[in-house]
Amino acid sequence: MQHVSPIREPLVTGGKTYHDITEDVSRQVEAKPNIRWALALAVALFFLGIFIYSVYRTLWYGIGEWGLNKTVGWAWDITNFVWWVGIGHAGTLISAILLLFRQKWRSSINRAAEAMTIFAVICAAMFPVLHMGRPWLAYWVLPLPNTFGSLWVNFNSPLLWDVFAISTYFTVSLVFWYLGLVPDFATIRDRATGPIARRAYALLSLGWTGSAKHWSRYETVSLILAGVSTPLVLSVHTIVSMDFATAVIPGWHTTIFPPYFVAGAIFSGFAMVLTLMIITRDVFRLKDYITLEHIESMNKVIILTGSIVGVAYITEFFIAWYSGVEYEQYAFINRATGPYWWAYWSMMTCNVITPQLFWIRKIRRSIVATFIITIFVNIGMWFERFVIIVTSLHRDYLPSSWVMFSPTKIDIGIYVGTLGLFFTLFLLFAKYFPVINMFEVKTILKSSSGVPHSLEPEESMHATTPVTHHNKHHD
Amino acid sequence: MTNKKFILGVFEEEEVLLHAIENIRAAGTKIYEVFTPFPIHGIDDVLGIKRSRLPIAAFLYGCAGLAFALWMQIYMLGFDWPMIIGGKPHIALPAFIPVSFELTVFCTAHGMVITFLIVCGLYPRLKVPVLDVRSTDDKFVMAIEVKDGVTDVNKVNDLLRSNGAVEVNEKEVINK
Repeated sequence: MQHVSPIREPLVTGGKTYHDITEDVSRQVEAKPNIRWALALAVALFFLGIFIYSVYRTLWYGIGEWGLNKTVGWAWDITNFVWWVGIGHAGTLISAILLLFRQKWRSSINRAAEAMTIFAVICAAMFPVLHMGRPWLAYWVLPLPNTFGSLWVNFNSPLLWDVFAISTYFTVSLVFWYLGLVPDFATIRDRATGPIARRAYALLSLGWTGSAKHWSRYETVSLILAGVSTPLVLSVHTIVSMDFATAVIPGWHTTIFPPYFVAGAIFSGFAMVLTLMIITRDVFRLKDYITLEHIESMNKVIILTGSIVGVAYITEFFIAWYSGVEYEQYAFINRATGPYWWAYWSMMTCNVITPQLFWIRKIRRSIVATFIITIFVNIGMWFERFVIIVTSLHRDYLPSSWVMFSPTKIDIGIYVGTLGLFFTLFLLFAKYFPVINMFEVKTILKSSSGVPHSLEPEESMHATTPVTHHNKHHD
Repeated sequence: MTNKKFILGVFEEEEVLLHAIENIRAAGTKIYEVFTPFPIHGIDDVLGIKRSRLPIAAFLYGCAGLAFALWMQIYMLGFDWPMIIGGKPHIALPAFIPVSFELTVFCTAHGMVITFLIVCGLYPRLKVPVLDVRSTDDKFVMAIEVKDGVTDVNKVNDLLRSNGAVEVNEKEVINK
């Protein structure tokens, strides 16, 4: 017997049928690109150009093109790396953890969120690879025997753990995402009229027919993938945080980092998903699928993770004082009142105060307010990483080597350039791939569309609830 | 060259389809395959699909990944080129946990997905063996194979119609 909550709002509005879902989602893929999309792509390509130019400068002239100096040995690069990796986390969280928790509202947003993960991780990977200075030797991080004899990589180093974590995370997320796309590619293939589209989607859909046996195995595979991806997401940002936590630098050497970084990652990831989905649902007319209910649910996750992050900031401060270590105490006083006070207080305002506004139902359910707040969260989380990295490094144990860090044009160029790379990939995805998981939305349609319907498949087998009684809940 | 003939029953509601599968199987007719646009809860039981052994495969891949990761790290840092790093023992097991975990997940996920693609026969191709293209949109299609001289076509037609099929078609698939 299934319980239908009379309070819960429908997840799909507009009285859709299965065919409507196919139509609404395929429309964007099948139609000619619209002007707004083309303009957005042009802007993204412009920033991608900046990225290519900055990377060329970095590779041709070396890392001296960046603003790094004697104590601040990694600044914007690692800040951007951690920020991008963090943004990626929401996708896997939505597709894996919410799948295990049977959260039906994930269905309309998981596809785009997973795409965001893949693209964010690509952007993230650019920074450590470029920071190597000689990216063509990037394979040196792999445990391969080298010309000096069998000198192996150092498995005690968190930087090497990152190599394994990020590459596993990227490939597993990619496979998870692609597997989810296969049945939807089949749908588009079977509707395609043009010869190029039919061939392209035929290749992409791997000959998917939708046979019951395949679906049965498919569900097993997605459940196990979700099961292994869940600890994977948590491990990735935990390991990223260990890049800092295993160092002895005051401000970095804290055991709170792994959970605090994971919460921060989910926080910034959900903010980015919201930013993108608010635009996508408007541009692609998908308001019946990405409803206020979805936005509100995501905002609730933002309140939770934002509060965890806020508590972590305060805990760090408390522990610095409570530990009695003068270097630790100085590092934190310097963060709040030193030359980078503006970065610290931007972080506090954006991450601790703004998400708390979501406690107010009106703000939580307002599209405009959500959009503005999510932008603030994204900025705040960037500042969080900047504060942790630069304020801890710019004043080390030796006051004679204290310096300030300022980014060069190339630093800024690479950062805004990755935004261009990200949006180029996202716009291409949004045009040529189904942005909403059609088959998953179809599975939840009858139970969550708000339209009175006949017996649920589950009930038809047990047939315990009379039809009329069941419909009453929806009226 | 083998040609196969199918009778396709098209259904519009999944609950009707589930009942139809039960009744048709009870009537002793073998269902070749059922095509649906999305996974239907409970269809495995009525169709008699056995539980997939993919979880076992996944577990074995995971064990292999873990074993490989531990062997690699212990052999490389413990025996092949021992180095003292930060005063830690050569075989610093706690430091090996992250890489071991990641390789376990890596092998589980990729091994299982590759196995899934192989057992389902999914690979990039241009010709697609879909019997009715509407089955990837909003229709539920049941295929019953017609064996010459064995299958009573009219009986199967009636069986499908009386169990709620809105359309019954015949289709021949030519395998080259």
